[in-house]
Amino acid sequence: MGPFLLKRLLTFVATLAVASAVVFAVLELLPGSAAQVILGETATPESVAALETKLGLDQPPLARYGRWVGGLLQGQTANSITYDTPTAELIAERLQVTLPLALLAMGLTVVLALALGLYAASRHNRLGDVGVMAASQLGIAVPNFWFAILLILVFAVKLHWVNASGFPGWREEDGGGLWPGVAALLLPAIALALVQAAILARVTRSAVLDVMREDFVRTARAKGLSRRQALLRHVLRNALIPVLTVAGLQFANLITGTIVVENVFVLPGIGRLVFQAISNRDLIVVRDVVMLLAAIVVVVNLVVDLLYAVVDPRLRRG
Amino acid sequence: MKQAGFIERARRHRSFVCGAALTLLLAAAALLSLVWAPYPPAEIDIPNKLQAPSSTHWLGTDSLGRDIASQLLVGAQNSIVVGVIAVGIGLLAGVALGCLAAARRGWLDELIMRSADFTFAFPALLSAIMLTAIYGPGLVMSIVAIGIFNIPVFARIARGSAAVVWARDFVTAARAAGKGPLAITLDHVLPNIASPLIVQATISFATAILAEAALSYLGLGTQPPQPSWGRMLSEAQSQMFNAPLLAVWPGLAIMLSVLGLNLIGDGLRDLMDPRLSRQR
Repeated sequence: MGPFLLKRLLTFVATLAVASAVVFAVLELLPGSAAQVILGETATPESVAALETKLGLDQPPLARYGRWVGGLLQGQTANSITYDTPTAELIAERLQVTLPLALLAMGLTVVLALALGLYAASRHNRLGDVGVMAASQLGIAVPNFWFAILLILVFAVKLHWVNASGFPGWREEDGGGLWPGVAALLLPAIALALVQAAILARVTRSAVLDVMREDFVRTARAKGLSRRQALLRHVLRNALIPVLTVAGLQFANLITGTIVVENVFVLPGIGRLVFQAISNRDLIVVRDVVMLLAAIVVVVNLVVDLLYAVVDPRLRRG
Repeated sequence: MKQAGFIERARRHRSFVCGAALTLLLAAAALLSLVWAPYPPAEIDIPNKLQAPSSTHWLGTDSLGRDIASQLLVGAQNSIVVGVIAVGIGLLAGVALGCLAAARRGWLDELIMRSADFTFAFPALLSAIMLTAIYGPGLVMSIVAIGIFNIPVFARIARGSAAVVWARDFVTAARAAGKGPLAITLDHVLPNIASPLIVQATISFATAILAEAALSYLGLGTQPPQPSWGRMLSEAQSQMFNAPLLAVWPGLAIMLSVLGLNLIGDGLRDLMDPRLSRQR
């Protein structure tokens, strides 16, 4: 496990370093003058120069990169141009919406996918299987933001069960609370979960079918276990390896998917923050949010690889 | 003879036939819109705004009186252009890099494949956000962002498949006969790795349509007056209480196009590797 872990951790650090260099290069070096981009074409040279000094853009690129990365590692970030607040504070505040949303969506995805995948595999080539596969094929093709709009149409516009948009907050003194908060995130989470659940259900079905053909399952059945017992005790556990891998990778998709869905439901999360930052040309916020999202993708990949190695010992030796 | 057998099997493959029909519909809509549409898609007609579907406006009109059916037809062009170019970028650059990695191995292989790993940290949406933050929103930026994301996808598939071909006896024979790496790649490797690449191309095409629609919905992709399905949805959302049907048509168009391409991808995978279809 030692060499595998070391190699994987080194790759993780290198990936983060390269990702940060790419973000820095694209958002600070590529435009020539980031201050000019922020202020727009009509800005005077004096105001551009003043902003460059304020943001430290007059310093050498390597020093700026070092200062940015060093600040990120210590949790000290530059101030947003629009809000004049450290981006870390803005991001921490918005993560209170995005993270629960992504986790809720992930939970729904796993529950739905395991249930549907197991059901389809247990009804292999019968009507239930065909129905689940057809539904999942449709689910994969549905754009999550369109499904989100359809959910609003049905549950907010027609049935008036929920509000069409907005987030009341987690604190009761602000008019929100745990249940109102979860209720506001439920439709966005369902919209995010649909596509991912459709993909994961297919993976689950295929993994379960593969394991069901293994000799140890036949042995388990021969020992007297019912089909259902064999499925839950032996098949599901072994089928979880590919399911876990795909589910981990899907979490990264869910995090980036929130950018669109948060905008559909006007939720004050990371997605909305970066979208508004683009409109306001707040490159500082865009830079730090993109870095955060890229880091989440990289971290999730690392966690998936490590979990994969825990579940499948052959990989640790490889 | 072999080709005739493939076509015969393809005709009997239900999901491939469904996918092909839906994709042909998309292509036909795009082609038709080049020469004809019921109305000019950007023509504003305020007196006739938010009309319900009728014989004059088959799918109704939007909040500016623009004909929905015409916008959908012309929007199909957009989806096809984005899909073709974004997949083209990924296919050309990715296959070139993947084949180079497989042919040279060693540090170059390691460098190319690790770089491919790094680019996975930037899903298309993140790349697009970075690019539009600097260069402003637009169709070109979204195509570039989606195309860049496709490069490592194709590079990995090409490298993996090409490495297998390089280990085959006929490649060893070609090397012994004095053929160089480039000639071997062109004559032997590429024809033998075409199947997984074609399958991936159809799936990436579908993903590109979805990504472009999402970017246009956010206002980062196709800009007015060029119609786009994603932006139509964004505009429809503001009219949800008055004209809920407006939000249905563009989404349906995106879903059917993506469904068609995915079904073709699945079908091709079965048809090109019959072992897979038996396993399903």
